[in-house]
Amino acid sequence: MSQDFRLDNIGMVNRNKKISFTFNGKKYFGYEGDTIASALIANGVHLIGRSFKYHRPRGFFGVGVDEPYAILQLERNNERDPNIRATEQEIFEGLEVKSVNCWPSVNFDIGAINNFLKMFFPAGFYYKTFMWPPSFWYKIYEPFIRMAAGFGEVSIKHDKERYEHKYEYCDLLITGSGPSGLASAYAAAKNGARVILAEDKPRYGGSLLTSDVNIGNQTGVEWSEKIITELKSMSNVIVKNRSQVFGYYDHNMLVMSERIGDHLPKTQKYLPKQRLWYIRAKEVLISSGSIERPLVFGNNDTPGVMLSSAAKEYMKVYGVLVGKKPLIFTNNDSGYETAIEFKKNGINPLILDTRKEPSSDIISEAKNLGIEIKFSHVVVAAKGYKKVKSADIAKISDNKKDLSNIENIECDCICVSGFWTPSIHLASQSGNKSEFNEKIDAFIPKKSKQNENTIGSANGKFTLEETINEAFDKGYEVSNKITENNNKVSMPTVVEKKSTEHDKFWCVPLPKGKSYKRFLDFQNDVAVTDIELALREGFRSIEHVKRYTTLGMATDQGKTSNLNGLQLVSDIENKVVPQVGHTTFRPPYTPVSIGAIVGREVGKHSKPTRKSPMHQWHEKNNAVFVDAGVWLRPRYYKQGNETLFEASKREAKNVRKNVGVCDVTTLGKIDVKGPDAAEFLNRVYTNAWLKLPVGKARYGVMLREDGIVMDDGTTTRISENHYHMTTTTAQAANVLSHLEYYLQLVWPDLNVNVVSTTEQWAGAAIAGPNSRALLMKLFPDTDVSNEGLPFMGYKEADLFGIPAKIYRISFSGELAYEVNVESDFGNFMWEKIIDVGKEFELQPYGTEALSTLRIEMGHVAGSELDGRTIPHDASLEGLVSKKKDFIGKRSLSRSAFTKPDREKIVGVVPLDKSTSIPEGSYIVKDPNAKLPNPKLGHVSASCWSVEYDNPFSLAIIKDGKKMIGQKLFAMSPLKNKTIPVEIVSSHYVDPEGKRVRA
Amino acid sequence: MLYIFCPHCGSRSQNEFAYGGDATVKRPELNKEISDQEWDNFVYLRKSPRGKHLELWHHISGCRQWIKVERDTSTHEIFKTYKANELIE
Repeated sequence: MSQDFRLDNIGMVNRNKKISFTFNGKKYFGYEGDTIASALIANGVHLIGRSFKYHRPRGFFGVGVDEPYAILQLERNNERDPNIRATEQEIFEGLEVKSVNCWPSVNFDIGAINNFLKMFFPAGFYYKTFMWPPSFWYKIYEPFIRMAAGFGEVSIKHDKERYEHKYEYCDLLITGSGPSGLASAYAAAKNGARVILAEDKPRYGGSLLTSDVNIGNQTGVEWSEKIITELKSMSNVIVKNRSQVFGYYDHNMLVMSERIGDHLPKTQKYLPKQRLWYIRAKEVLISSGSIERPLVFGNNDTPGVMLSSAAKEYMKVYGVLVGKKPLIFTNNDSGYETAIEFKKNGINPLILDTRKEPSSDIISEAKNLGIEIKFSHVVVAAKGYKKVKSADIAKISDNKKDLSNIENIECDCICVSGFWTPSIHLASQSGNKSEFNEKIDAFIPKKSKQNENTIGSANGKFTLEETINEAFDKGYEVSNKITENNNKVSMPTVVEKKSTEHDKFWCVPLPKGKSYKRFLDFQNDVAVTDIELALREGFRSIEHVKRYTTLGMATDQGKTSNLNGLQLVSDIENKVVPQVGHTTFRPPYTPVSIGAIVGREVGKHSKPTRKSPMHQWHEKNNAVFVDAGVWLRPRYYKQGNETLFEASKREAKNVRKNVGVCDVTTLGKIDVKGPDAAEFLNRVYTNAWLKLPVGKARYGVMLREDGIVMDDGTTTRISENHYHMTTTTAQAANVLSHLEYYLQLVWPDLNVNVVSTTEQWAGAAIAGPNSRALLMKLFPDTDVSNEGLPFMGYKEADLFGIPAKIYRISFSGELAYEVNVESDFGNFMWEKIIDVGKEFELQPYGTEALSTLRIEMGHVAGSELDGRTIPHDASLEGLVSKKKDFIGKRSLSRSAFTKPDREKIVGVVPLDKSTSIPEGSYIVKDPNAKLPNPKLGHVSASCWSVEYDNPFSLAIIKDGKKMIGQKLFAMSPLKNKTIPVEIVSSHYVDPEGKRVRA
Repeated sequence: MLYIFCPHCGSRSQNEFAYGGDATVKRPELNKEISDQEWDNFVYLRKSPRGKHLELWHHISGCRQWIKVERDTSTHEIFKTYKANELIE
């Protein structure tokens, strides 16, 4: 299609670069710099989608972020991107976009039948229509709502684009590069402040791009270009276009989304698609401008009805005519500017002005140009279904209640102007209360809450001179506060046309006998009748009216609808707008893609991955890894076609029979140093620590103040005032914070220091009856006999020239040692152990075998110490000192913790000795009892006992000690299993603990 | 995101800190006989005031010091921050 609506000599698009794109499968042309909206309008396309509820035809209403209608679905590189505003998305070669909310096509949409069923979709229809019968929910209502709801479809494929986060600090952040943004940025930058100037559109200048003004003997466009060029050249200024500051958060942190690759066919190799900026600004100037308000009349949602400022911008920026027979409907002077622009481009508009006899420079100019104007006139209703074809217009009485002389006139677009609404969203998010300004009939920010000021038309200043003066002053004032410099730039002279007052009139009454739909909220199809109904049904608070009718909700957040809604509510309620108040503005100001919010933290990058120094060896030797917190640990080492079950059994058996080695680097390690270290440990652990000799290790349990076990591990006295504490892998960070808390806040008098040494040491656990023989070969110069290095002993030794530490401790229940060397030597140590271990049938074992070994020994771990158990429950009461006080001791005497049938850890064996018991199963007396079946406790950990070759589990059950020997049932409703079991001691293997001491 | 002045490091973003609750809670002395009620108050009972609140923050991704922060719980305004051992008037 040819660009019938493109003007030849006006606009800022690049005529030398033609770009083709498709809309609903049809190919169109535009120019570089066009948005989808401007390119489609140039091609005469105005039907772009269907409305949310009634599926009425939708066109373009605005030209930027305020657009309520033109929401499309973008397809590129086989990716789908929903919720694209046609007024913001720039076209690029090969762009494909589709309409949403219509089926089978935008031209013929079955859903439009809703338009005729509108009595079934009144305000709050969600709460009325879908209430009964309840059985209809799953099969009828929900699928229907799901199909009908939403704008577009999100891609479920992995998004291959890159999104980044950036943190930035500045003296002054300015949101918007209109006249006030430019002037204040210039004044502040010249005064030495570090400035960030953010503009959401591709072009800088805001209203200067479209207004007929003169600043310092230059046109508005020339002046803005000059300022931007100078700002860009300054090292203390960051200027960003296509960047929307969408959220104002605590302590002057603002978040901005920068669209770097959205306007390109393919994102550049070294650049992300979007970048999310977290900006901490000392001061903020909000210069986000204002948005034109619609006027409300019959069928005012027909394609071709749009904001007059949008029509002007399409002409001046894109060189596109929104129509060739325009009707301008206005209550203020802004509509005249659009009319004059039409006239200049050879089009004859007709102005309908609701005012009786206004006079101003601009009205005179319009008259002089020969533009036809009808005062005290309104549009009663737009006619035409998929596009405006004509309009019923009428004369309105002075009291604005009665219509007369209704006539139909031909037109192809209706440009409406209901005056301006300042964009106070960011100021409001900052915590600013707003006040209603009678002069402009809109809310403006009242008093700065954080370090922010609102300037320009966002602050209700609608003349350029006022705006520029205020902006220069504020830019200087704010920068002076920060830099204490006194470089003032001189104010340019400003020439603009003077306007007169607007008319306080927004909603055209219905003529007698007509029931046109008059829409307030275009995105959600909220009409005047819906608000009236909501009020009739008793909704008073504006927040309730919003939620009941959906006025001001969804992706445009009521940028064009809010004030007209408030005006209507206050008219009906006989109140004034400030009494009604407004709904809360919340971030984001405009929709932000989820990708930008997530940034690089996707997949494996969502958290750091920690690997032990021996990781590469594990990889080379067929380790299958498992996530243990942020660590990657070998779960088992696969031989041939082994399954997890087979491999872990083999590895565990080999530990019991010969010797195994396990990477225990991940265990938390904390150095505890200082003259009061012993006293500190004595307060932290439940057992006694004052008499632990140098060179000895001890197992300890630490509690939270509420008596619940926090962590366990061994601590070794390395020297007089130096202890080496180990924690579980999962709790390492928490334990360190816990220790620091007590040292810094509770007992600052203790002379102790703690520091994490987890990453400084690589650890290998050598376990099994052959471990001593292996150790003798590894450390030939060290006495590792039972006498030389007894159970819980510690020695420093030499491992082929490398200093090593040997702790004789055991988690597996076998004769075992843990060898630590500095991390850099971890791999060396590991390979030596594997090498020397060959003659002793050594095999590496992973976490699965490790679990098997500890479970059948009855050693507790995270699955038992789960934040609900006290020492007694885990059979650790022997470690609780009766003599001394320690963290959490007082809690242990609470009645719930001392009752005789308190839970206790036990062992569970299936009667058939073959059925594994699912972890998490309930232990019950009678599997057929009436529900809810009283549960005695739960299975915390399960394994296949390699010692007895049958399944074995640990469980924590009520009055556990007395239950030993009883036949009960393990039930897993999840796995649908009921298994008859016998309760046994949790110490299933070597209950006397002979092996560890052998 | 709050901007917290760490008395050891300077102003840092909230994501470097972990919250630690009411800073006015005092742990009963060791080995002191106290009633169940007193102990329960210490372990469980916290005021949740609207307005000024003296609270603990742990600079876990910084100097690892616990600090005290006087903050308004409704406006998030931070009035003053103190070192762990600093006297508070």
